[in-house]
Amino acid sequence: MSHIRAVFKTLKRKGRRALIPFITAGDPDLETTKQLIFSIEKSGGDILELGVPFSDPLADGPTIQASSQRALKNGVNLEKILALVEEIRPKVKMPIVLMSYYNPLFRFGLERLADYSREIGVDGFIIPDLPVEEGDNWLRIAKSRGIDTIFLVAPTTSSSRAYKIARKSTGFIYYVSLTGVTGARERLPEGLIESLTRLRKITKKPIAVGFGISSPEHIKMLTPYADGLIVGSAIVRLIERAKDLEDACTKVSRFVSSLADAL
Amino acid sequence: MEKIINLPDRSGHFGIYGGKYVPETLMPLLSELEGAYKEAKRDPEFKRELSYYLKNYVGRPSPLYFAKRLTDYLGGAKIYLKREDLNHTGAHKINNTIGQALLSRRMGKRRVIAETGAGQHGVATATACALLGLECVVYMGEEDIKRQAMNVFRMKTLGAEVIPVRQGSCTLKDAINEAIRDWVTNVRTTYYLIGSVVGPHPYPMMIRDFQSIIGIETKRQILKIEGRLPDYIIACVGGGSNSMGIFYPFRNDNVKFIGVEAGGLGLETGKHSATLSAGEVGILHGAMSYLLQTEDGQITPTHSIAPGLDYPGVGPEHSYYKDKNLAIYTTVTDDEALEAFYLLSRIEGLIPALESAHAVSYAIKLAPKLSRDEIIVVNLSGRGDKDLDIVFKKRDESH
Repeated sequence: MSHIRAVFKTLKRKGRRALIPFITAGDPDLETTKQLIFSIEKSGGDILELGVPFSDPLADGPTIQASSQRALKNGVNLEKILALVEEIRPKVKMPIVLMSYYNPLFRFGLERLADYSREIGVDGFIIPDLPVEEGDNWLRIAKSRGIDTIFLVAPTTSSSRAYKIARKSTGFIYYVSLTGVTGARERLPEGLIESLTRLRKITKKPIAVGFGISSPEHIKMLTPYADGLIVGSAIVRLIERAKDLEDACTKVSRFVSSLADAL
Repeated sequence: MEKIINLPDRSGHFGIYGGKYVPETLMPLLSELEGAYKEAKRDPEFKRELSYYLKNYVGRPSPLYFAKRLTDYLGGAKIYLKREDLNHTGAHKINNTIGQALLSRRMGKRRVIAETGAGQHGVATATACALLGLECVVYMGEEDIKRQAMNVFRMKTLGAEVIPVRQGSCTLKDAINEAIRDWVTNVRTTYYLIGSVVGPHPYPMMIRDFQSIIGIETKRQILKIEGRLPDYIIACVGGGSNSMGIFYPFRNDNVKFIGVEAGGLGLETGKHSATLSAGEVGILHGAMSYLLQTEDGQITPTHSIAPGLDYPGVGPEHSYYKDKNLAIYTTVTDDEALEAFYLLSRIEGLIPALESAHAVSYAIKLAPKLSRDEIIVVNLSGRGDKDLDIVFKKRDESH
């Protein structure tokens, strides 16, 4: 069983959901990212989603776009992010999932990436512009190295398609809560609970929900219907507004704790 | 030259290129679009309406003009110009926008979004939407809005809303990103009208088909005038829609295709838009194709004097043609294009678009090396009125 699945299983036994915080690697620099990862784990994060910045993040809203730009400005790339994971891996228990658009991964070399990931302990990948139809090559490479590939299901996905995606997805299934881009929102979209209930009937694999989830109230409303809750932009926004590294860690810790308490 | 069968394959690939690399939210819509397009293609009523507008509104067929003075001046092969510059709105773009706007209406999507770099595709989309009574929203980079004030005003006059894009490099690729974000958000009500043979399947195929009217007419016209097919077809390549449109109907004929990319200030300077000549394979805007990118897979800024060529990607079918040697891809610099711009203006009284001037420039190099009984067709994809401002400023700089 993969590290990710093991975490879901352990949590389930305790009757808990997985909190999956997202931050962009290298925003604003890799030292901050390192300290934030420690803070997130200490405050109750169960799985870390670490964003690989890309020049053209077309599934992301303004908050994560801006964080990618900040990271790229400082010369962050996949190689440096993997080196960071290697460095912190012995000190961090959470599974680490990289979120990346396909092109930086493709350029790095898929086999090289998968070999490297296994060696240093990257547990999985979320690739928002790689639908199942195009994913077979990567999936084969990742599977043979024991690395999970988390595919996404959206509100526009039909049941038969969701079934196909669920079968291919490993680790967990990422349910996109709304038709739109990432970004913190005041309210949860209408029909979300019904959609999660429908998806639940299709698959036994863990379902994590993301996009727009930005407060302890949202988490409370969704815990009965999902196995994992992904919070990104709301955290990235705190980092953007922080005065310095220490301030960023304090704010993010406090926020992640409040989310964990709501689980 | 080896020629080809029918592509893309069922999954939307041209060899390894193309495909559908988009967020899951859009996947069901792409299937819906593919189905609607297939159905429309078989529907005689759709075909009739499209050809009605192409004839009576766009002004097709566009002439195939023998450039006698240019031919005599160069003293080699005969040069013919396919006069896409005579179309309504001044370029080939309208062939595609009318086709897709009709499709959008047929699918019941009354809101159309588009991206534009210099504004040509934006104007052609705004025009087609005005014609068919559709709502039109155009995304345009803030930098481009500053450089192309007249085209912004033209779109607004046609009733379109122009939304400035302040993300990334504030140019065409960012306008595409923003249009895709709008599309992901409003997918149920909105039609994304892409302007070149790029994007996820079925766009590259569909846009190629709509632009193929250029090649279909050219074939008929040259056979009528010369009684034979040309030896060469030359067209500029940005995203690659005018070139694919004129090449495609000749794909099984013994005709050499030459695609001319924007060499900008020279390939060695890094300031160019020569994706096929200097790029590497990658994934952007929904398709696998050649891209201008860094070692890390980040997309790099591009440059060309011709705004319509200023894009870091290229249509996947061109990438396939390149690998299979089905076409030759070469480059022409800003300065060479500008020289051709002046030469064609003075010798034929035709002011070409700076994009088309790239193709003309290559013909000027090639023709003298060929014999007088050989034939070159150049796709004059657009007229140059839109570029007078750029050329005027350039002249100021050099004086």
